[in-house]
Amino acid sequence: MTLDEIKPDQECEIVDTTSGGIMEQRLLDMGFIPGTRIKVVRNAPLVDPVEFLLKGYNISLRHSEAKQVEVTLL
Amino acid sequence: MSDKSQKIMVALAGQPNSGKSTIFNILTGARQHVANYPGVTVEKKTGSFRLQDDRVELVDLPGTHSLTSYTLEERIARDFLLNDKPAAVVDVLDASNLERNLYLTFQLAEMDISLVIDLNMIDVAEKRGIKIDTQKLSQELGAPVISTVGNKGKGKRRLKEAILSASKKRQAAHFRINYGDDLEPILDSLEKRLSEEMEISSRYPVRWLTVKLMENDEEAQKLVRKYSQKSGVILKLAEEKREAFKLEHKKSPQKVIAITRHQEAERIVEASVTRSKEITRTLTDRIDEVACSRYFGPVVLVATIYLIYELAIVQGYKITEYTWPLLAWSRDLIASLLPSEGFIFDPFFRSMPIWVVDGTIAVLNYVPIFLILFALIAILEDTGYMARMAFILDRIFRHFGLHGQSVLPMVIGGLYVGGCAIPGVLACRGMKDEKARLATILIVPLMNCLAKIPFYVLLIGMFFAAYKGIAMFFIATITIIIALSVAKLLNLTVLRKRLRAPFVMEMPPYHIPTTGGVLRRCLERTWLFVKKIITIVILVSVIVYALIYFPGISEERKAHFISQAEQAQKIFFKKTGKDNPYAGFMAGDNLMDFTRYWRDYKKAKMGAKGKKAKQAVEQGFREKNLEFFKIVKRGKYKVKGEMIKDKHAKKVYTAYKKLGKTTNKLRREIKEETIITSYMGRAGLFLEPLTRWAGFNWRVNIALMSSFAAKESSVATLGGIYQSPPGEKHRLEDRMKEKEKGWTALHVLAIMLFMAMYPPCIPTLLMIKVETGSIKWMLFATFYPIVLGSIIAVFIFTGGNLLGLSGMQAMFAFYILALIVLVLMGLIKREQEFA
Repeated sequence: MTLDEIKPDQECEIVDTTSGGIMEQRLLDMGFIPGTRIKVVRNAPLVDPVEFLLKGYNISLRHSEAKQVEVTLL
Repeated sequence: MSDKSQKIMVALAGQPNSGKSTIFNILTGARQHVANYPGVTVEKKTGSFRLQDDRVELVDLPGTHSLTSYTLEERIARDFLLNDKPAAVVDVLDASNLERNLYLTFQLAEMDISLVIDLNMIDVAEKRGIKIDTQKLSQELGAPVISTVGNKGKGKRRLKEAILSASKKRQAAHFRINYGDDLEPILDSLEKRLSEEMEISSRYPVRWLTVKLMENDEEAQKLVRKYSQKSGVILKLAEEKREAFKLEHKKSPQKVIAITRHQEAERIVEASVTRSKEITRTLTDRIDEVACSRYFGPVVLVATIYLIYELAIVQGYKITEYTWPLLAWSRDLIASLLPSEGFIFDPFFRSMPIWVVDGTIAVLNYVPIFLILFALIAILEDTGYMARMAFILDRIFRHFGLHGQSVLPMVIGGLYVGGCAIPGVLACRGMKDEKARLATILIVPLMNCLAKIPFYVLLIGMFFAAYKGIAMFFIATITIIIALSVAKLLNLTVLRKRLRAPFVMEMPPYHIPTTGGVLRRCLERTWLFVKKIITIVILVSVIVYALIYFPGISEERKAHFISQAEQAQKIFFKKTGKDNPYAGFMAGDNLMDFTRYWRDYKKAKMGAKGKKAKQAVEQGFREKNLEFFKIVKRGKYKVKGEMIKDKHAKKVYTAYKKLGKTTNKLRREIKEETIITSYMGRAGLFLEPLTRWAGFNWRVNIALMSSFAAKESSVATLGGIYQSPPGEKHRLEDRMKEKEKGWTALHVLAIMLFMAMYPPCIPTLLMIKVETGSIKWMLFATFYPIVLGSIIAVFIFTGGNLLGLSGMQAMFAFYILALIVLVLMGLIKREQEFA
């Protein structure tokens, strides 16, 4: 499954990033690498974007971007 | 510098939110200088400090998470390190977020740089139970490690000493990541091949270049092409190795490189950090549970925006009531130094400088607003709430090709009513998404800036007086509706090819900003603004003055006015009577002196508030010229405490009053004729056949054209064109109605909407040029609003007339139409976001 499908307060582990190009490089730079645990903190008031917690810091992505991160639910 | 001491250049690097700017401030104190990196709009801050006999020049690099060539900031930081070769680099790390921050450190180390590691905000880390073994960390990284608390100035001295010793040794951090058995052999062979190329290997760190080539970094490839004769061979070799790696390992080399860096960071953190407690909920989490929640989030956001508007625009405007007298005083001071005014014609070197000064102080008047606004923005940035604003609003703005971060510039520009486009454009700085940033810069001037308001008020008073509230609401909200549609339109057309940046946005922990940091940034930005804007305003107002002053009225007309003035003077002397004892005081040049005395007296009396001030004015003028004083007092004055009624003085007063009226009338006629016959006036007449479709006659054309210098002048110009007949004091809206009998509410609505879409004023245009770095965008920002405004005005006026709509009907119809367009625009599917 992909990261955009995870609901708030659920935790998952990153399997892979798939987008390629600048988007993937950004995700890699920010620590979205395989094996990393990631928690969905909350949706924005209008649902999109989503806030995540990984490696001790918070980051937000749009759903369209989170879709490019493959994960398994923990 | 003339002193013997050496100047050492050192760069300051670090990830965003690492407290880099506070470190920069404590190291350099007040000795700072802000400029832009060449050719781009990214701020380059430099500062210096002295330690013993050495002077260190510190360059603040943009805060970046990584050093790829994908974003402007990262490219700038990288190019600076490669080309300017600083003696040392201070890498500022957020101690409570060590693992992620090390990711950048590794990339710096790879560039063969003499590093100093600054573990900043060590107090926050300790509070969270994070204990860092600095010795171990220093060993691992092969670089000195200093702990600091930037906002308390702790560790400053030790950091300075470490910088100095590192820059003297100029020894690269001996740290090297092992990228694993799959990648290292490939890197090795490529590195060997690159080392054979003398020029490029002497210019750039070879290991770094090798890694970058394996990452498929475009800028690194450019360097190879530039400095290597065998670039074709080398790039082909790198390409082959990349492809082979991908085929074999089902992963791109850049992915493996990034993963290895993160794993290495994890390993180092494990080796040097101990955690004594596990904190699950920080204060930031608790604040965000409210500030970002579904129901309270928007409420907090609206309240914050309202507070900014209230404090900066409303309260700031109130402060200008206190600062304005200062500006007015300096204007009068300058006026007193200029050649004195004439009877009906003022010398050119009086009227021109006064015009320029008036234009300049009109802009300077907004300085208090800027000071408050810039301070508030700095607070928003430093606390971390700015990221939350973008988080909450992104969904709405994205549909129109904007970004959550677009809201602040729009609020400052006058999202509701009353803002200023200049700081609005400036506030677009720091938006990472280039496409959204340009779109925001281009639509900010469509907001309702303070200078447009008097114009609206005037026109609403003419035809919508009964519906003032509705009309004001209409104009305030229609501009947002149009602006959003325009943003989308620009996105689909001129900005189509611009790259969007990923949204990926860090939500930093909340911080309490330091007073010093906020004040410094607010003063810096205000000063930058004043410096840049004022010179341009002066230049442009000279040009506009020339356009409405030249070629001037003909000699024939001039003679006509002079003879009329002489006629009036003759009548004055006749009425005064030859045997009047005051006749001598008024003869010859004395009449001009008296005229100035009279004008000054009236002005001083108007300006004086309170009994005391009025008395002081009386006393002053009495001392200045007693005889003149008797006249302006209509012959009623005190001599030795006794009230005297002077019949002769009263007679002169009555006669002069008539003369004064005639002179004023002549001066007005001259002014009107000068404007009409001026280049600007001719252009207004020339355009009338065209602008008629929008309901604009030549008078409106002139007023609109003269607004280009500064919109404040639009009402003043209208006031100049629609003079009230002598002796009658009508309000301007009544005078306009009187003169424009054929006007309907449709005329006024068309003018109002044209004004709403009016091109940015010159200072804003200049800011657009600075922020986009291109004259092309500045010109585009000038002309697209004219086209848009014309279309809307014609649509309203001609369309409204064809359908026989009343003003209010046209207003509602247009509003609904604009809303429909907005919704349709929002529904157009967004293009693929990134390459």
